[in-house]
Amino acid sequence: MSHPLLEIRNLSKSFTLHLIDGREITPVRDVNLSVATGEHLLIHGRSGIGKTSILKCIYRTYLPTSGQIWFDSHQFGRIDLSRAAESVILNLREHEIGFCSQFLRVLPRVSALDTLCEPLYRQGMDRATAQAIGREWLQRLGISPALWQASPLTFSGGEQQRINLGRAFIARPRLLLLDEPTASLDEATKQVVIEMIRVAQSEGTAIISVSHDLAGLGAHANRQWTFQ
Amino acid sequence: MTGDWILRVEQLSKHFGPTCPDCRRLTGPDLGRSQCPRCGTVWACVEANLQLSAGEVLGIVGESGSGKSTLLQMIYLALHPDSGHIWYRDNGGPPRDLTTLNRYEARLFRNTKLGIVYQRPELGLNMRFSVGGNVAEKLLLAEWRHFGRIRARTAELMVKTELPPERIDDEPPTFSGGMLQRVQIAKALASRPSLLLLDEITSGLDVSVQARVLDLLRRIQWEDRITMLLVSHDLGVVRQLARRTIVMKNGHIVEAGLTDHILEDPQHPYTQLLVSSAL
Repeated sequence: MSHPLLEIRNLSKSFTLHLIDGREITPVRDVNLSVATGEHLLIHGRSGIGKTSILKCIYRTYLPTSGQIWFDSHQFGRIDLSRAAESVILNLREHEIGFCSQFLRVLPRVSALDTLCEPLYRQGMDRATAQAIGREWLQRLGISPALWQASPLTFSGGEQQRINLGRAFIARPRLLLLDEPTASLDEATKQVVIEMIRVAQSEGTAIISVSHDLAGLGAHANRQWTFQ
Repeated sequence: MTGDWILRVEQLSKHFGPTCPDCRRLTGPDLGRSQCPRCGTVWACVEANLQLSAGEVLGIVGESGSGKSTLLQMIYLALHPDSGHIWYRDNGGPPRDLTTLNRYEARLFRNTKLGIVYQRPELGLNMRFSVGGNVAEKLLLAEWRHFGRIRARTAELMVKTELPPERIDDEPPTFSGGMLQRVQIAKALASRPSLLLLDEITSGLDVSVQARVLDLLRRIQWEDRITMLLVSHDLGVVRQLARRTIVMKNGHIVEAGLTDHILEDPQHPYTQLLVSSAL
């Protein structure tokens, strides 16, 4: 029997706040979900409930407290991301798992083109090839060529979000984690993002998105899951 | 990145002082001190373990006196550990325990395989030698002998580190603080080392100069894929360069992990304090 690309079993995440008398909070409790190759799963639920924490556990920015996150890796076979070695996680982040956070966090001295191409440089691609791909993406994302050498931190919120999304898509990961990908985008740009997701899916990328945009993004997801 | 490890530190320890039977019980991060109140021994580094993959940048953070620089000095073979091992291997070859090298072997290893950049340029540079003389010193110790090749290599390194090559014969005191750090970086890279050790290299520099030095290191790491061990008390510096980070307190490693994990989901009370104290 074939396994889904990602399968989460009984995932829980607690935070012990040592600076506040060791108070413990548990935003994620006993979560089970899976996503198949080429599938788009949308997670929704009220703000602050812990949706992003699930994505961060998968990406291992957060260390899960209990449970398993099984990922069917090209390079390492079926592995539990919650226990995988850091070197394995870094390798998967370069080649198989992408994450787009809600906010663009980059160095202010790096151009939009280099910011976008960084995941390709990390994969070992030469600068010229990476930048040719990067320019195509900037065009597709509707960023004016006049801005390509400027820092994206000088851009509008919507433009920053497009660069942020471009960085996640450009490396063509097998699993893409998107945190509120269409927030702060106008309708036309939202359609560009939905089309990017559709193309990535058609190439076999599995997508887990966290969003409140049920009418827009949600309408295009294969499945929706309410996190309570 | 799962590539072969290049450096593996096992149970590395260093203390300064006579020691007493209660030393270890009376020191450590839980008690908030590294100096034994009974005999005065300082436990600078206690049973440290770490591993570096080829091409990786590992950050070491912690407050002053946490043992970061002691650990770095032991890896630089400038300080002999009391116990433990420092395994090194080239391109997946057989590991060598650097703690067993004699003085001559250690010096040759340091000058061919390691480079170091200090916070204070006078520790890394001979202030009475020109830039050319400083780089030549490193290369001569690495057994380079051809004057023309040494001179050419120095000019090449000055370009790489964004220093004007026409200043090859100028002495360090005539350079600014940021330029001095670049001279140190040029000297450290002279023999094409496998591992670059960086000890608080941006402390004391103004913000724009800090940014330029960090950009230079990012570019060098990007182009040469050089392995780096970066000691800093500044989480912002570590965030920019290192993808994995170790946290030290009172001579002990209290936490280690992916840098984003350390910054966003710190587990140890001290790491939480450190992250919450960041400006």
